Parts: sequence; C-alpha cells; structure tokens
Amino acid sequence: MSGAEIVLEVSGVSRTYTDDKGNVVEALRDVSLSVQKGEFVSIIGSSGCGKTTLLRLIGGLDKPEAGALTLGGREILDADPSRGYVVQQGALFPWLTVYDNIAFGLRARGVYKENKALIPRYIGLIGLEGFERAFPHQISGGMAQRVAIARALINSPEVLLLDEPMGALDSFTRADIQDKLLELRRERGATMILVTHDADEAIYLSDRIVIMTPRPGKISEIMEIKIPRPRHRGGAEFLGIRRQILEKLHLASAQPQPEYTI
Amino acid sequence: MNERKNISNTRLALAAVLTAGGFAAAAAVNLLVPQAADVQINSYTVGSVTLDINGAYRLVLLALILLYLIGAAAAFFKTERRAKFAAKAPFRAVLGCALGAWDVLGTKYLLLPQPFFPGPARIIEAFLAEGGYIGKNTLYSLRLFAAGFILGVLLGVGTGILIGWFPKVYYWVYPILKITGVIPAVAWMPFALTLFPTPFSAAAFLIVICAWFPVASLTAQGVSSVPRTQFEVARTLGANTACLVFHVAVPHAMPQIFTGITTANAFAFTTLVMAEMMGQPGGLGYYINASKVWSAYYKVFAAIIVMAAVFSLIMKVMSLIEGRVLRWRKGLVKR
Repeated sequence: MSGAEIVLEVSGVSRTYTDDKGNVVEALRDVSLSVQKGEFVSIIGSSGCGKTTLLRLIGGLDKPEAGALTLGGREILDADPSRGYVVQQGALFPWLTVYDNIAFGLRARGVYKENKALIPRYIGLIGLEGFERAFPHQISGGMAQRVAIARALINSPEVLLLDEPMGALDSFTRADIQDKLLELRRERGATMILVTHDADEAIYLSDRIVIMTPRPGKISEIMEIKIPRPRHRGGAEFLGIRRQILEKLHLASAQPQPEYTI
Repeated sequence: MNERKNISNTRLALAAVLTAGGFAAAAAVNLLVPQAADVQINSYTVGSVTLDINGAYRLVLLALILLYLIGAAAAFFKTERRAKFAAKAPFRAVLGCALGAWDVLGTKYLLLPQPFFPGPARIIEAFLAEGGYIGKNTLYSLRLFAAGFILGVLLGVGTGILIGWFPKVYYWVYPILKITGVIPAVAWMPFALTLFPTPFSAAAFLIVICAWFPVASLTAQGVSSVPRTQFEVARTLGANTACLVFHVAVPHAMPQIFTGITTANAFAFTTLVMAEMMGQPGGLGYYINASKVWSAYYKVFAAIIVMAAVFSLIMKVMSLIEGRVLRWRKGLVKR
C-alpha cells in the first residue's frame, strides 16, 4: 500500500489524565501513526492502553498535551463531520426515528433539503427498509448499530472512527455487522479506524493492526495483515496471526513479577 | 386490574343496562318520590322551553344515559373498550343510585344540613338561573389560567435550559429558584396586587411563578443529565451549540419537562382559584366567593362541578399531548 495518500497523521501525541483517586495516568505517551486513504486500521489492546483516548483525540473530542494530529494536512482542533464517530451503544437519539437519526447530520449541517435523497439509499445500504419510522427502542441492538454507522457515513466523513461498535452485540450480529462494514468500505472507499479488544474482529477486518500496551499507553507494534479477502476465520494463516496477537497482548499486559529471595 | 378478557355481547349488553339502570333509577326516584319538604321548585324558560328544576335534572340524567349508551355502542366494536366499559359499569350504576339517594336527602326530604348540601336538582337550578354568568366566569378563569400557565411553562423551560446548560447560571440562579420555589405563590398576592396594573395581570403573575418553579427545576435536571456521548456524537455529526441545546438537550429533557408541566398544572389550578377568591373581578373562584356571601351553596356546588369538568379536561388534553410528544419512550403505555 506504499505510495498511497496519507489522510491522517498522528505525530508524537501524549495525553495524561487524573483518575478518581487523584493519580496521574499516562493514557498516551509519544504515539505516532499514519493512516492511508481507504485503509482499515484496528487498534487493539487491553483496557487502559489508551486506545479509546487515541480515537477521541482523532475525533477532536479531546486535545493532546503534546504532539499534533492532522487530517489531510489540517490540524484537528475540534470535533466535526470529517470524522464520523460510532460508539459502543446508546448513541442513537432515542427520541428520533431511524430516519430522523440518519438525517440528523444533514439537518445539523443545514444540507438536509438538497441531500434528502441520500437517506433512503443509506437505509437500503444497511438493510433497514421498512424500519424508517421505528424508534430506537423498537429495533434490536444490531440494527441500532447499523443505523449509527449509516448516520455517521451519510456525512461522507474522511475517516470513520469506530469505538468498539460491536462490543455489546452477540456473535452472530457481530459477524453480520463486520461484513456490513467491509461492504460499506468497498462501496464507498471509506477509511476506517476501529478500536477493539477482539483479536478475531481485528484480523478479519483490518489492513493493519496497531497493538497498544498500557502504563504508559503506547504503540508496541503495527502488524500488516495480508490475508486475501474474503478472509476465513478458521484459516491457518488467520489462526497464526491470532496466536501472535494474543501472545503479544498477553505479554504486554503481564504484570512484572515480584522477585523473591530465599 | 389489567386483565384483557374478551367480553361477550351478552355481558356488554348487561353492562350497558346496569350503567343506564342506575341513572334511570335516579330519574324514577325524582319523578315518583313526592316532594315532602318545603322546597320551592322553580321553573325557568330557556329559549322556548319552560322547565322546572326537576325536569332539567331528569333531562341531564337522560343525557347521561344516552351518552353511556353511545359509549356502549362504540365499545361494541373494540375488544379493549368493551372490557373497560364493562369494568366501569358497577361504579356508574352505584353513581346513579347515589344521585337518587342524594335527591331524596337533599331535595325531597331535606334531611341533609341546609343550605350547605342542596340536592342535585337544586344545583342544576344554578345553571338554569344564571348559566350565562357561570359561563362568563368560566371563560375568565380559562383566560387567566391560559395566560399564566403558558407564560409560566415557557419561562420555566427557558430558565431551566439556562440553568442546566450554563454552570454560572446554575450557581447564581438555582439557589434562588430553590428558595422561592417552596413559597406558595399566593403568598406574593399583596405585592402582586400593588405592583401590577390590573387584578388580572396580578393573578396571572402568581400563576406564572407557581408554574415556573417546577418546570424550571425539572427542565434543568433533564438538560444537565444528558449522557456525554450523545453530545459528542452530535458534535461529530456537525451540530453547533444551538443544535446541541435544542436538538439534543431539550428532547432528552422532554420527559422531565412534562413531569414539571404536570406538577405545574396542579399548582396552577390551586393558585388560580385562590387568587380569584382573594381579589378578581371574575372567575369561578370569584363566583364561589360571591355566592357564599348570599349562602347560595347550590351555586358553589355548580362552580365546583364546572371546575371538576374543566380541570379534568385540561389534564386530559395535557396527557394526550404528553403521550404524543413522548411516544418514543420505551414502555410508555397508552392509556
């Protein structure tokens, strides 16, 4: 993929925060990453490794203490529709129907009238025809996440940020949405960054997997996944990479053992 | 209570007969029991019809019977309404019988303390004698209520948004809201009467502040309890601050806003009637006070009946609006 256009550049980013007990936690230390146009990148790591913090910085929902993030050469200063953001759950507006949830971005940007025709297309894309007038509590968790993805994509973001969007779903629904994401990516050439703690999911979807380690949160390794698509979850290569990742994650999260002298 | 049994045609017919029977019995009592006590049975001419108060009373009973029979006919086609109608039949039957007993005690034999407890026919006399005047006072009350309540709710939602959104406003305004909120609005009456140019605007002011408090505090609660992710997602979708306030925070707060409005509604009725009793040139509260002075308790009852009807109608309309606005809520049962 060398030579492709780099859309997102994270360079030397650090971020600390103070936890409930007043301890300062280094969520990210000197993290650098570049993402190419059309690429699918997964960020994987145990909890507390700073993967969500990194995604929030890219989204412009938080600011780095050191380093910079640029999107297409422009510095990221605030949240805006150039980066769509899908979170684990509860992110649909419960007072809006499926249709109005998807239309939210168009209305917020004041471009609803001229782009109205997109909405049925996106509803078709996520396979929710006939549910336009349903409220979020009337549809399943998997359907809700598909709506959340369509709602973000309708703004044509340069990067789609996915913060464990399948974390709360059962495995069948998960697989279904994973395939949907790949399909959407193929059709729209969207760049996607996924935060997950599920190695299978990361390998199945990604061009590259960023493995992060906690305390301080930093990138320990970036793996390129070259398995041809469609990928088979039971394939030898797949399982090999899976073992590698799990070993690395396990090593990464292993606590230093206390030394005993007898 | 919530059983959804299928009500057979026979049972529905029985329920209809039971319902109508109670009121028919009341009419029969009125017609057949002789007037033993010394009560003047006046006659009034309404349009081209001349009626005595017993005739008017029986006409009302007939209207009730017809109303309930129409209700039964409408219920015939809907399973849910059948069950409802059948469930209410015993209560309505007893209500009819109670009317009959009241008629005997309050008009026919005058066994209830007089003039405090007139019979039903004599309460209807109030409407025959000065129905137009009662109507005028009802309209006055409604105007006052509408002016004060609508303004109070709008003001309450407005301040609630400001308090819930801006921490500075919360710091400076919320304590004032908390302290003034517990004071019954009518306590401000002396100030209101001197500070406002007309009694109407003074009373409207009292209703405004009594409605303002619960709406403002609950709106503030709702606005400040929006999950952070909803704001964040909205921002990544391109929402500016105004959009976050009006298309995320306010809709999210809508259930609480309606709780506030329902509370405000009850407060507003109380304040309305008390304000009218304390110094208004009209209104149902004024009418009650004026009638009491002449010991015309049958007119007091007439005004109370109008209040019951009008206020329940307003509550009903409110709950219909609420059900419509909050139809997105999970588990909100249609009533």
